[in-house]
Amino acid sequence: MRKMRIKAIKFGLLSPKEIRKMSAVKVITADTYGEDGFPIEMGLVNQQLGVIDPGLRCKTCGGRMGECPGHFGHIELAAPVIHVGYAKLIHRILSATCRKCGRVLLSEEEKRGYLAEIERRREKQVDVDEVVKHIFKEAAKNEVCTYCGEYFSIDAEGLDEELDNKSSVGSELRDRMEERGFSISKDAIMKREIDQKRLFCWSRVPGADSKRLIEFLVQEFELPWVKNARISRKDDKTLVLSSGKHSLEFSLSPKRDRANLILQDGISYEFPVKKEGTELSVYSFRWVIVDTDKIYILRRSIDKLNVYCGERQKQIKYEKPTTYKEIDADGKVRRLMPTDVRERLERIPDEDVKLFGMDPESARPEWMVLTVLPVPPVTARPSITLESGQRSEDDLTHKLVDIIRINQRFMENRDAGAPQLIIEDLWELLQYHVSTYFDNEIPGIPPARHRSGRPLKTMAQRLKGKEGRFRGSLSGKRVNFSARTVISPDPDIEIDEVGVPEEIAKELTVTVNVTERNIQQMKETVRRGKNHPGANYVRRADGRKVKVTELNRETLAEELDIGWKVERHLVDGDIVLFNRQPSLHRLSIMAHYVRVMPGKTFRLNPAVCPPYNADYDGDEMNLHVLQTEEARAEAKILMEVQRNIISPRFGRPIVGGIHDYITGLFMLTRGEKRFNKEEALDILRNIDIEGLGEPAGIMDDGTPYWTGKQIFSVILPPGINLQFRNKVCEKCEERGIRCAREECPREAYVVIRDGRLISGVIDEVGVGSFKGAIIDRIFRTLGEESAKEFIKNASRLAINYILQAGFSFGISDEDIPKDAKEQIRDEIIQEAEKKVDKLIRAYEAGELEALPGRTLEETLELLIMQELGRARDEAGEIAGRYLGIENPGVLMAKSGARGSLLNLTQMAACVGQQLVRGERIRRGYQGRTLPHFQPGDHSADARGFVRSSFKDGLSPAEYFFHAIGGREALVDTAVRTSQSGYFQRRLINALQDLEVKYDGTVRETRDSIVQFKYGEDGIDPAKSVGGKSVDIDGILEEEIGTSA
Amino acid sequence: MAAELVKIGIEPEVAETIAETFTVSDLTVDREELLAAGIEEYYADDIMNMLGIEVVGEVKPGDIESKVDSSPLPEKIKDELKSKLRAVRKKLTREKLESIIERVEREYENARVEPREAVGIVAAQSIGEPGTQMTLRTFHYAGVGAIYITVGLPRIIEIVDARKKPSTPAMKVRLTEEYASDRHKAGKLAMEIEETHIRDIARVESSTEDMCIWVCPDERELIKRGIEWREVEEKLRSLDMPVEVYRSESGSLGGKFKIYTRDNSYHELLRLEERVSNMLVKGIEGIKRAIVRKSPDGEYMIYTEGSALKKVSRLEGVDFTRTTTNNITEIAEVLGIEAARNMIIDEMMSTLDEQGLDVDARHVTLIADAMTMDGEVKQIGRHGLAGEKSSVLSRAAFEVTVDNLLEAAIHGEIDELKGVTENVIVGQPIKLGTGAVKLVARNFNFNYGESR
Repeated sequence: MRKMRIKAIKFGLLSPKEIRKMSAVKVITADTYGEDGFPIEMGLVNQQLGVIDPGLRCKTCGGRMGECPGHFGHIELAAPVIHVGYAKLIHRILSATCRKCGRVLLSEEEKRGYLAEIERRREKQVDVDEVVKHIFKEAAKNEVCTYCGEYFSIDAEGLDEELDNKSSVGSELRDRMEERGFSISKDAIMKREIDQKRLFCWSRVPGADSKRLIEFLVQEFELPWVKNARISRKDDKTLVLSSGKHSLEFSLSPKRDRANLILQDGISYEFPVKKEGTELSVYSFRWVIVDTDKIYILRRSIDKLNVYCGERQKQIKYEKPTTYKEIDADGKVRRLMPTDVRERLERIPDEDVKLFGMDPESARPEWMVLTVLPVPPVTARPSITLESGQRSEDDLTHKLVDIIRINQRFMENRDAGAPQLIIEDLWELLQYHVSTYFDNEIPGIPPARHRSGRPLKTMAQRLKGKEGRFRGSLSGKRVNFSARTVISPDPDIEIDEVGVPEEIAKELTVTVNVTERNIQQMKETVRRGKNHPGANYVRRADGRKVKVTELNRETLAEELDIGWKVERHLVDGDIVLFNRQPSLHRLSIMAHYVRVMPGKTFRLNPAVCPPYNADYDGDEMNLHVLQTEEARAEAKILMEVQRNIISPRFGRPIVGGIHDYITGLFMLTRGEKRFNKEEALDILRNIDIEGLGEPAGIMDDGTPYWTGKQIFSVILPPGINLQFRNKVCEKCEERGIRCAREECPREAYVVIRDGRLISGVIDEVGVGSFKGAIIDRIFRTLGEESAKEFIKNASRLAINYILQAGFSFGISDEDIPKDAKEQIRDEIIQEAEKKVDKLIRAYEAGELEALPGRTLEETLELLIMQELGRARDEAGEIAGRYLGIENPGVLMAKSGARGSLLNLTQMAACVGQQLVRGERIRRGYQGRTLPHFQPGDHSADARGFVRSSFKDGLSPAEYFFHAIGGREALVDTAVRTSQSGYFQRRLINALQDLEVKYDGTVRETRDSIVQFKYGEDGIDPAKSVGGKSVDIDGILEEEIGTSA
Repeated sequence: MAAELVKIGIEPEVAETIAETFTVSDLTVDREELLAAGIEEYYADDIMNMLGIEVVGEVKPGDIESKVDSSPLPEKIKDELKSKLRAVRKKLTREKLESIIERVEREYENARVEPREAVGIVAAQSIGEPGTQMTLRTFHYAGVGAIYITVGLPRIIEIVDARKKPSTPAMKVRLTEEYASDRHKAGKLAMEIEETHIRDIARVESSTEDMCIWVCPDERELIKRGIEWREVEEKLRSLDMPVEVYRSESGSLGGKFKIYTRDNSYHELLRLEERVSNMLVKGIEGIKRAIVRKSPDGEYMIYTEGSALKKVSRLEGVDFTRTTTNNITEIAEVLGIEAARNMIIDEMMSTLDEQGLDVDARHVTLIADAMTMDGEVKQIGRHGLAGEKSSVLSRAAFEVTVDNLLEAAIHGEIDELKGVTENVIVGQPIKLGTGAVKLVARNFNFNYGESR
């Protein structure tokens, strides 16, 4: 089969003609099923509209359920109705077009200009809305149509005085107009209006702005020769325009508020101008005579008065949701029925339609007023049969029933000659039903409801929102061949493996084509049937699918032939996609290889938890089985775990040791631990090694020993050279102390030379996720397979050692001596509280000096918080003195395995100040936090300082404060997830189409360039070393064993 | 270590001295140092050999430059490479040098993005993913004690939203040399910048008895803020209301003003009082606070709450080339779109840094470039990039589904199905990355019978 690709989709309005053409049947009956249980002819679930019941055939195409896509029908509406979605646009169009001839109320010239602009924008694929909006605004301003009226000139001589009289038409003017056959009634009003303004920059004429000046002169003074005139500047305030025998002077008054035009025969004409910065606005005046039904526009040119008489436009008022009213100059209101609206829209010529940004080919404005309503196929609104055997129709069907009923009633009433009032009411009702059929959430109209009172879900509701058609069904699709269950750890599988329960493996299948090469194997598979490495279905060469059962498996295996397909169970080594939600980055879906296992959970190597952000406290993950060879190849090349060890976010490993892995390696490599051969090999028991190497020395009893560092070195690939400072480093150099490097007493300087750990202790910085300097280096120099191997070995080593050495952390590990406790209580905390009291006294006595830019209260709070913060830190320090590195808590914190020193301080010494919004707790009762404090008490106790440690236990008040602080953290997390979720959705939506082209530029779908070179240097962060294109230090270390 | 040296044939005494003066890593650092420490040359060479470093084929100072310069690498990398090679020159051999340069070239080539890479999605994920780890607390004291700055996720969202005004506008005003070294001068400049209203320097009272307003300037405040009596008087006279001045005899700055209302209504009186208190005597409008602090590089600079880049840049003593504001729209207006782009990058990077999140600058650059590519700062969202996309389906799938479809019909829009969402919707491969290329298998002559 040739693969087809949809190239483009064009959107448009359906014309009544099209609706009728695509309709399979005209629907006139409001009922659905007859008493016999079969659909009614011409009814809404008519069998010509498609089939939803198994066994029936479509009367239009003959297809069965599943084959027939369904067919549209149509309803002939008794009277046109407005499409609600376009009600606003219809109003704008009505306001912008002539009520008589339908032309847009703009001059030809303006239209040409706008059309050109629209065209230009279309070409550049820029939004045209701005122009269209402007057109609507400008056109609606014009009171008179210049297309269906008349135009004539009268002699202007001697009229000046009359024209200055602004309120009524003078007799001279009246006479001259009557000569032309236009009689003006007595109460016609005349007004002088500012007509237009043309802006041009005086200082730029002649030059850039000459065009606008010329345009002005041509139009206002009817001097066509000016078009070809040469413009020169006589002085600062005067321009001379000349062409052949013609010439004129254009000058400004000294104050630049009036302009003077002097023609060569001495005629001069003065008019006002306005200065705006360096620009001059030139106004021209016009006179408007407003008669009862006509309007005359008079424009003075040199010696003539041009009179324009056209259809006077009325203001159109739009009342939500679908009513239009026309208002006369004298305030008379007439309602425009949809028939009137449609007639007007019909009159608009195609070229004017384009001015509204519309494409007349695909969307004529009158199509926005519906005369025919398409009826969607039944497949789009299937009815469901309830348990009771009753049919329950889809909301859309319900709505269509309503429409047909009213439509029918409308016709009956009209044919019977019902009074206008009743007709209008029915019309309104029809409009209501059609409106709510499209959108049932229109503001201002009550939503149509189901019998139970639930609002109906109509067209718009089906489409929009998270669960709507677009986001719910089209952008997000449901898939087969997937599984979901709880995850649990298994350090003994590879990082790119996933343990799949047999139960799941038997359900999920991979389709295999039976070929010459695998037929024997496949026969065996089919023969096994439901027993694990078996098959669920076979597909014969003719496409028929047969289920493999206990009864037929032997025969099917016999029959199996080349060209058949076998849907076999998932087996070890199959490639699958593994995913944990939220899928925030691409590392949330990676390819793993299947390991079928007993049990009911997915098994995952803990080193791969960081990219998925998974833990084992009940997390569930999804698994997808790939179905095509292309997909499998792509997953293997792009999505394998080991190929994604480096995070594209920051160019460093994201896969790596966590928790016990770090603790184990830390303990193993710290100091000079000695192991005899048995011990050493025991630790390395499930690791593929070549040998232990030379022993480090001989123990007192004469047996040779190996150090922990040596054992770690065994899993390091040879040829790796690396130096770095680990997490234990106290940054001596920043404090001006020379770094002792290899001799560091804390073993903070890690040196690896040729795959041997020379000095330093391995911790988070070495093998942890997000940091993993060693993993990083192995990945770069030896590739992903070595890195994967190393991670696996390191984790096995760590687990082996920690199992052998033993490691636990319990409540007694936070024990500190009684003296220390007393010291913390009596010296540190009491001192701090005293200081706080002193501060409060100083504040109350008004002796406290406010910090710059702070109020007194803020200053006090700040100082108190500082004091209490210090107290907690000091308490922690004292506790820390008694909890040495041998303390498991400290060990975990220092190695970066889990927890921090602050956690330990809170457990062993003092929990410290509880905060809400960065401030001490202040809310609760008026002036106090709890009723057993004095109002206005600012002391540490009263405002949420917890002096106890977790180990000692909190007092009731402390417990309460701690709960307040804890609640804030909970609320914060909840708010944050929703906010950042939306933030990411927006980012993805805005950037998803950007790609690097072959020329190195980054472009979007329109081929506009976003960046000339990706990231300014064309380097892929996922292939960079922490953002740098080349790790020069690393190369030097590798090549000559040291870097600068 | 001495034992090891003895093992490779160095006399025990010499080995002792070496072990006393050097650690293993030092040994690898310098042959010259060995000589300087009084170790004889052939021993030194032996030691070097022991560490596997050849002495022959020495690299001369000029070699590095000429070798590196002839490579096709970008200048930045060349410079870094040169300086790092120079530091270890003594350990290099010609061969090594060449192999290092070759390796750098190779790794550089390997690190380049591949065509068709969907960098947009990666950038969006890289910034969105750590979003969940950011704080939500709006206010934070960022370095400067007194000025509130929005940080974390809200700040990032604000930048990406291209708001006209951030929720906490702030400026970092850098000063010219003269001012930057003089705390006093900087302080005076800060006073110039900071908004001072009448209410800050004077007591304003309304008196219903004779329908007037009393303005009593506080002498201390006037001196502190360097405002002269005359300035206050001028300001009050500009109200165009009858003003009486009462100067006290004692101090040059003492005294008060009496301002009358035009019409004798209480309403008018109260309004006038309000107006007088809010009159700006000094400073730049919009700058609520200006604080002098030492910058990390040791200069005095001014941090402000509120932003008015254009006005502040014009002041004497302000080095406008280094003065910034966190209001990106303002930057775009005053300094242009390129500056705005850079500011988006700076602001985002520093916000992410503050939260301890490591995000590659390239992702941020891409977002900034996408936001500014049309010459104006555009929002990432419905009213910007996402709303202006050429694809109808993509817009409809993002937000305001129905309106987008109605519009599209009217315009007769054509969706060319070039982007991601559109193709997901119609169910065909996406034209990005591997979806953009076609793989056609010709009829290979498989002979799988014999290959094994």
